[in-house]
Amino acid sequence: MTGLQAYLLLSSLLFAIGLAGALTRRNAILVLIGIELMLNAANINFIAFWHYGPATTYITGVMFAIFSISVAAAEAAVGLAIIVAAYRHSHTIDLDSMNSLKG
Amino acid sequence: MTFPALTALTLLPVAAAAVLLLLPQSSSKLPRVIAAALSLLILACTLLLWVRFDHTSGALQFQERHAWIPALHVEYRLAIDGLGLIMLLLTAIVVPIGIAASWRTKKRSSLYFALVFLLQACMFGTFTALNFFHWFIFWELSLIPAFFLIRLWGGKLAGPAATQFLVYTMVGSVTMLLSFLAIYLATGTFDFIELAGRGDSFLPGVAANLGWQHVNPQHLALVLFAGVFLGFAVKVPLIPFHTWLPAAYSEAPSGVTAILTGAMSKMGVYGFLRILLPIFAPQIHKLQTPLLWISIATIVLSAFAALAQKDLKRIFAYSSINHLGYCLLAAFALVRTSDAALLPEQYAAFSGILLQVLSHAITAATIFWFISLLENRSAGTRLLTDFGGLRRIAPVFAGLMGIALFSSLGLPGLNGFPGEFLIFKGTFPLVPWAASISVLGLLITAVFILGVIQKVFTGPLQPERAVFPDLTSGERVSFAPVVALMFVLGLYPQLVLGALNSTVISYVHQLRF
Amino acid sequence: MTWIVRYVCLIPALPMLAAGISALLPQRSRKPAAGLAIVSMAASFALALCAFAAALSNPSPQVFNFSWLQFGDQTLALGWLLDPLTAVMLVMVTFVGLLIFIYSTGYMEHDENFTRFFCFLALFAGGMLGVIIANSLLLLFMCWEIVGLTSYLLIGFWYQNPRAAAAAKKAFITTRIGDLGFLIGMVWLYAQAHTLLFYDSGRGALEAGAVSHLAVTTTIYGLTLSSAIGLLIFCGAMGKSGQVPLHVWLPDAMEGPTPVSALIHAATMVAAGVFLIARIYPLMSAHGVEVVTPTIALQVVTWVGAITALFGATVAVAQWDIKRILAYSTVSQLGYMMIGLGVGGPAVGMFHLITHAFFKALLFLGAGSVIHGCSGEQDIRRMGGLRKYMPLTFLTYGIGMLALSGFPLVVSGFWSKDAILYSAHHWSVSQLPFYIASLGALLTAFYMTRQVCYVFFGTLRLPGHGPVSHSEPDSEDTRHHGAGHPHESPAVMTAPLAILAFFAFALGFLGTPLWPWFQSFLNGDHSVAAEHEPGLVATMAASSVIALLGIFLGWLLYGRQSIATCEAPDVLERAQPQTFRVLHQAYFIDAIYDATFVRLTRWTAKLADLLDRFLFHGIVQAISFGVLGLAWVDSFVDNYVVNFGFDSSWRSISMGGRAMAALQGGRVQAYLRYIGLALVALVLYLLWGVAR
Repeated sequence: MTGLQAYLLLSSLLFAIGLAGALTRRNAILVLIGIELMLNAANINFIAFWHYGPATTYITGVMFAIFSISVAAAEAAVGLAIIVAAYRHSHTIDLDSMNSLKG
Repeated sequence: MTFPALTALTLLPVAAAAVLLLLPQSSSKLPRVIAAALSLLILACTLLLWVRFDHTSGALQFQERHAWIPALHVEYRLAIDGLGLIMLLLTAIVVPIGIAASWRTKKRSSLYFALVFLLQACMFGTFTALNFFHWFIFWELSLIPAFFLIRLWGGKLAGPAATQFLVYTMVGSVTMLLSFLAIYLATGTFDFIELAGRGDSFLPGVAANLGWQHVNPQHLALVLFAGVFLGFAVKVPLIPFHTWLPAAYSEAPSGVTAILTGAMSKMGVYGFLRILLPIFAPQIHKLQTPLLWISIATIVLSAFAALAQKDLKRIFAYSSINHLGYCLLAAFALVRTSDAALLPEQYAAFSGILLQVLSHAITAATIFWFISLLENRSAGTRLLTDFGGLRRIAPVFAGLMGIALFSSLGLPGLNGFPGEFLIFKGTFPLVPWAASISVLGLLITAVFILGVIQKVFTGPLQPERAVFPDLTSGERVSFAPVVALMFVLGLYPQLVLGALNSTVISYVHQLRF
Repeated sequence: MTWIVRYVCLIPALPMLAAGISALLPQRSRKPAAGLAIVSMAASFALALCAFAAALSNPSPQVFNFSWLQFGDQTLALGWLLDPLTAVMLVMVTFVGLLIFIYSTGYMEHDENFTRFFCFLALFAGGMLGVIIANSLLLLFMCWEIVGLTSYLLIGFWYQNPRAAAAAKKAFITTRIGDLGFLIGMVWLYAQAHTLLFYDSGRGALEAGAVSHLAVTTTIYGLTLSSAIGLLIFCGAMGKSGQVPLHVWLPDAMEGPTPVSALIHAATMVAAGVFLIARIYPLMSAHGVEVVTPTIALQVVTWVGAITALFGATVAVAQWDIKRILAYSTVSQLGYMMIGLGVGGPAVGMFHLITHAFFKALLFLGAGSVIHGCSGEQDIRRMGGLRKYMPLTFLTYGIGMLALSGFPLVVSGFWSKDAILYSAHHWSVSQLPFYIASLGALLTAFYMTRQVCYVFFGTLRLPGHGPVSHSEPDSEDTRHHGAGHPHESPAVMTAPLAILAFFAFALGFLGTPLWPWFQSFLNGDHSVAAEHEPGLVATMAASSVIALLGIFLGWLLYGRQSIATCEAPDVLERAQPQTFRVLHQAYFIDAIYDATFVRLTRWTAKLADLLDRFLFHGIVQAISFGVLGLAWVDSFVDNYVVNFGFDSSWRSISMGGRAMAALQGGRVQAYLRYIGLALVALVLYLLWGVAR
């Protein structure tokens, strides 16, 4: 196994764990953690491809990763703010009970 | 530009109706006085038209012709000849009589009289229009005021009677409309004069023009004829299309009946003479025997039916059918022959129709006027058995009504006779068998009219009728000109015929088959 | 033309004017109404005399025609004419009319409708005179109808009596039946001769040109046109002149006041039919070149007249009402006049008409006097011995009775009836009319004697001498004359009787065979030559014998022993009760007509009404039910088919929507799962799709 394949395997493992967490966990914070994991898995992918890709002076992959981290941070902040507001409203962060947009 | 006399005449009653509608609904005396005055004004205008009419010419006069809907070949064309003139005149005479007969109308009298004037306007429109589109509008429009007049002020069964009247007449109008649409599609014109002038060949050509190759053109012509015939046969009416009439005439208030019998029934006769005979003469010639039998049935059966009635209004409703039957008999007989030797007979028949139409209008309307007075004075009853011996306490009433009744009977010296005589004089040489059978109508008419006189005026006085005031002086004054007119027209019918002779000649010459 | 020809129209116009003015007068102006009528009649009489003088000097028809109306380019003309026929009728009608008007002022004095009476009488006179002077069949017809109208008004004058009202209606209807034939004949004549004027400088319908054309053309049943038209016009004459079978109105017309019966139903109106036939005689007698026998038209006239003469005479024998006897007698005499016209021509028929007018009017007025004197009694069984109480009436009545019976030589009736019998005897077709007429003459003398015996001879049978009215409940006499002996009538009533009696006697001498002035005058001959025909004296002898025999038989049965009581049956009734009953009921013709024609008319009326209600209206109802049925079907389809289909389809859409909505649970994680699944599916699809 080459280095790239190992990193890709790691990122897919991380993504899968994050996806499983986001899809199945009842606690909203844990869903957010799952989403963070997925984002970071994508970051690892970016760096891996940058590192093992054709050598170049442009730090494109790193840029992507930094962008992604900052967006993830912002999104985590907003997500947590929503969760806090939702908690203030319904005193729970159980996602199963937040179905008022039911059709 | 010459003064549009006919349009003005048609709009006058509309204006009168508007005036009446603007009056406050509460007053009950004012509307009838204003209505009477306006109706007499309209009569005066019609007489003015009569005076201005050129007696020496049989052509159309007072013609107004404007383009209206060129895409449909619809023109605004009004004109009258002697035939139209006499129809206008009789309408103008009958409406004041109808208003006088409605003198005691209590509720919503201004609306009542407004509807009467609208009816008159529609009749004027029908008698002056020469384009089917325009004519049909007025023909149909006239049903509306008549319907409401019967329905809202009529007797107990007024609703069904009015509905039957409306629907029955409309059925006829629908068939007429379809026929004329077919003719329009084939010839491209709605104009009566043009259609009449196209000669007898165009009708069979309708099938070809319409592109219906598989239809026999003669049969199609007969079908079209039947459509138009039905429309007029319902209006006159002819047996067997008459069953709407006794109910409508007896349920309507007597003033309305006076107008219906006096003027509205003449719309049917006018239709026969203006539209059916000139355009469909070959078809009439082909179907002459059945048509003559229909008119004989109309004359004889209605007279017998009148004899069997107990309600005064129903008696005179059937009598109305009978009198117009004579007109139709003569009309169908007119299409008998092109033999020049029989021209005088055709002139006589047509002149007789015109006289009979005028005299029946006056007489029938007057009789219903008298019946309205009878109803008012006897608390609404109209059955023959409820009266008797009225001559004792109301001799003037008996005398004047007797004159009107004898005029209806066709007594010489009164206006009923010259028309009937001319009709028989003209019809007998043309169709002897039909004329001979039809005289039975004269006999039976005498029987039921004398029966009315006997049961109402002679015999012992009924105690319920002991209080029956004779005619007031106002009523006498109103009746006097009408009764005088009956004598004048009976003794000197030339007064009317003088204006019509040129029309008679040109009309008969126009009938080509 | 002389001035009188131009103004002969005044003769009917003046009475009509009087009628018009009286119609507008209130009921209380009695004197003016009567005065107007009498004055106008007197003036007409004076003019009639002038006309007579003019006709004497110029016997050919003098006419004055004018145009009445135009139709198309044709002119319908009317006119009046003056010829001997017109002149004699004018004089007779105006004179007799004047006398009766004067009589009526007395007779109707107590009637409350006095003014109306004179108005109608004047109108009648105008109409009748119009019939006489008419030169156009149309003008004649118009005045004919006016005469019919006034007859109706006058028969039904006491209108509160239902019988009078019914009788008036019956008269009008029966005469109108005849008039239908008249109308058809008239329009037929107009069509064939192209004019209705009788005389019009050669173009007239009775002048040579038209008549010869009509005489040669044949029509249905081989009749010549002239005969066919003549027969149709004769229908009208049959109605007006009470010929069998249209005679039924005449006896019932006696419901009217007696002056009316005298004037209208004895002297003038009923004579109008005879006059009409005399007027159109050229038409009726015209035969084609080859035919020599009398025309079919004249034969029919004769036979009808014969039947009527015998009929009237037989029925008169069995009547109890004084006026009904005279009524049936009139029917019979009118039959005689028709026989006279048919066999002998206008002169013979008209002579009898003129003489009959006088003595029949006399008889009726006399009967009126009797009724007046007996306070309204009309049944002859309740009278008797009146010659003591009413001598003048008796005398004049007797003269009238002798005239009617044809007492030899001294009365007018003898000469006129003799003329008829003579002509009948010499009729080429058959002798039967002669025998019938002779038998009728016998019966006439018989029943008149019977009547006179019952009324004037014997003992007075008036019950209690009080006002008993048997058949005239509303006669004004019962109201105004209390108990008392029968009395003679006032002078205003007896004077006309006397005058008429004089003429009943004297008029005959105008037409004796020795000096047949009347016949020559009517025929237009200037010279009056005594007739020297064979058998004249024999006929005179025969008619004398017949008359005397009849009077003798009457005296034998009724005059020899006076009739004891009112209830005593008639001699004939005792002998032959069934026959008597049949005759009394006039052969039950009224009942037969009632059971047939009247009932038929009523049934037809009911049938027409039923036809209307159920057949014609039924068809309309059926059609409208059909339309309503269609409307119901339409509504059904609308509600259950269209609506239902629509409703179920939206319901299924709604369910589908609801199903779809179930996908949206509102749970974010579920949505994420769907996204994940979809992503996997997409990747798999792309991998496999690309691989393939």
